[in-house]
Amino acid sequence: MSVDAETVRRVAHLARVAVAEDEIEHLRGELNAMLAFVEQLAEVDVKNVEPMTSVTPMAMKKRVDIVDDGGIGDYIVKNAPATEDHFFLVPKVVE
Amino acid sequence: MTALTSLTLAQARDALRRKEFSALELADAHLAAIEKARALNAFVLETADHARDMARTADDRLAKGQAGPLEGLPLGIKDLFCTRGIRTTACSHILDNFVPDYESTVTANLWRDGAVLLGKLNNDEFAMGSSNETSFFGPVVSPWRRAGANTKLVPGGSSGGSAAAVAAHLCVGATGTDTGGSIRQPAAFCGIVGLKPTYGRCSRWGIVAFASSLDQAGPFGRSVRDCAILLRSMAGGDPKDTTCADLPVPDYEQAIGASVKGKRIGIPKEYRMPGMAAEIDSLWQRGAQWLKEAGAETIEISLPHTRYALPAYYIVAPAEASSNLARYDGVRYGLRLPGADVTDMYKQTRAAGFGKEVRRRIMIGTYVLSAGYYEAYYLQAQKVRTLIKRDFETCFASGIDAILTPTAPSAAFAIGEKGRADPIEMYLNDVFTVTVNMAGLPGISVPSGLDAEGLPLGLQLIGRPFDETTLFSLGAVIEQAAGHFAPKPWW
Repeated sequence: MSVDAETVRRVAHLARVAVAEDEIEHLRGELNAMLAFVEQLAEVDVKNVEPMTSVTPMAMKKRVDIVDDGGIGDYIVKNAPATEDHFFLVPKVVE
Repeated sequence: MTALTSLTLAQARDALRRKEFSALELADAHLAAIEKARALNAFVLETADHARDMARTADDRLAKGQAGPLEGLPLGIKDLFCTRGIRTTACSHILDNFVPDYESTVTANLWRDGAVLLGKLNNDEFAMGSSNETSFFGPVVSPWRRAGANTKLVPGGSSGGSAAAVAAHLCVGATGTDTGGSIRQPAAFCGIVGLKPTYGRCSRWGIVAFASSLDQAGPFGRSVRDCAILLRSMAGGDPKDTTCADLPVPDYEQAIGASVKGKRIGIPKEYRMPGMAAEIDSLWQRGAQWLKEAGAETIEISLPHTRYALPAYYIVAPAEASSNLARYDGVRYGLRLPGADVTDMYKQTRAAGFGKEVRRRIMIGTYVLSAGYYEAYYLQAQKVRTLIKRDFETCFASGIDAILTPTAPSAAFAIGEKGRADPIEMYLNDVFTVTVNMAGLPGISVPSGLDAEGLPLGLQLIGRPFDETTLFSLGAVIEQAAGHFAPKPWW
């Protein structure tokens, strides 16, 4: 399988990474090289093989459904690039 | 190197308890060594004042007879571990101003036991790399040089700063993380010991995530014993990480010197790759011989899906990374660039904040998870992963106690030598280590010899799940036979 320039633009958009037009060809080459490298996996017989979901067999830990934390609004916004009170500021989303 | 920086972690621990010197003197000796070694670029943040405060507290506890297992021992911490009030960046521009208000569980365990933080160590950006060349803070220079040359070599990666700092005696031990070989390969390149524990042995809470089903924290030391001491403190259950095992932590140090008589060591024939360097092959045979001389038995085994581990890894790891790194959006923390609208702000921020290798892996991961390709790539890779794990399970079920392989296909290479034109050339470094992460097993790299150019080479031992103890016993046998290797200081 090999990708075209349009696919590179679409993947970059899905990944939310800005890509300049003059980078597309290079990225296309890199993606195709990676896809060629992983191509060999198709030859493995995986009939009746379950995909791995957990590398070690373990029961999912659960905790009591109670509030055991909180009141740390200052900490949560401390590293944010733009805040007001305890809100994160973003460019206008709704006109 | 001074008298105080020449000690192993175990020797420093014992001397502190005998009051031969203070924790503050020990910390100061290492801080001075760090200052002198800035050319290595091993530390991205030195925390001298904090180190001295912690050392004074340690001296108090030592005086009162309340010393913890690591009391007063100065460590370096990979910059992937969140440290409260201390900048934590994953060596990425996107996080270069991030100061967490919480402490990773592993580092909290170390401080609980009395360890002292010297500073944060360089690594490949988001731990994505095998040479420490993708760090936003620039590459780490290995303390090792080829005989008669001054070419700058890589320390390996992604935990390159950790391996270099321990090898150069800038700290008595260090933490690392290993997703595809990021502890074991740099340990081999720098002539020290590094262990990747079983998946779930150490908590991942508070460690910047790369690929969550593969990531695991582990120790670096100049001896097998030092790694055993560190792992005991680092490991243990954690309610904040649902994948962290609630199993008791053994006193791993007891495993050093234990008999390995009758242990069955598997030698996997698939690891004898075509074109393998003759000196790697002879090192491997020598390692098997050492174990036999100590009473172990070596048996040829087969792990038939070995060759598929690396391609499967390069689907699973980027897929998980693309998902984990979606959080860096310029809103809640980290870098932010302006954009025409909110989506453009995300795109500009991420394009500027992530380095080339990270962007490449995010793109691959996004592609293999995208509609129409998920089954062909991601699901197929996860099925292959089941088969890779089954290969190991079959061997262990047949009575194999541990598996011996080389750690890496070569010794350290020069900065800028690999992966420029073809990223896969760099990825091939992890060919012997990545299988272990795919199967969630523990693996240790022990320095085992020098190549013709005087550079260290390592051997890897792979164990049963949660049987790090056997790896420490076998590792100590190899260490005893091979001896220790140290770079000649030039910095």
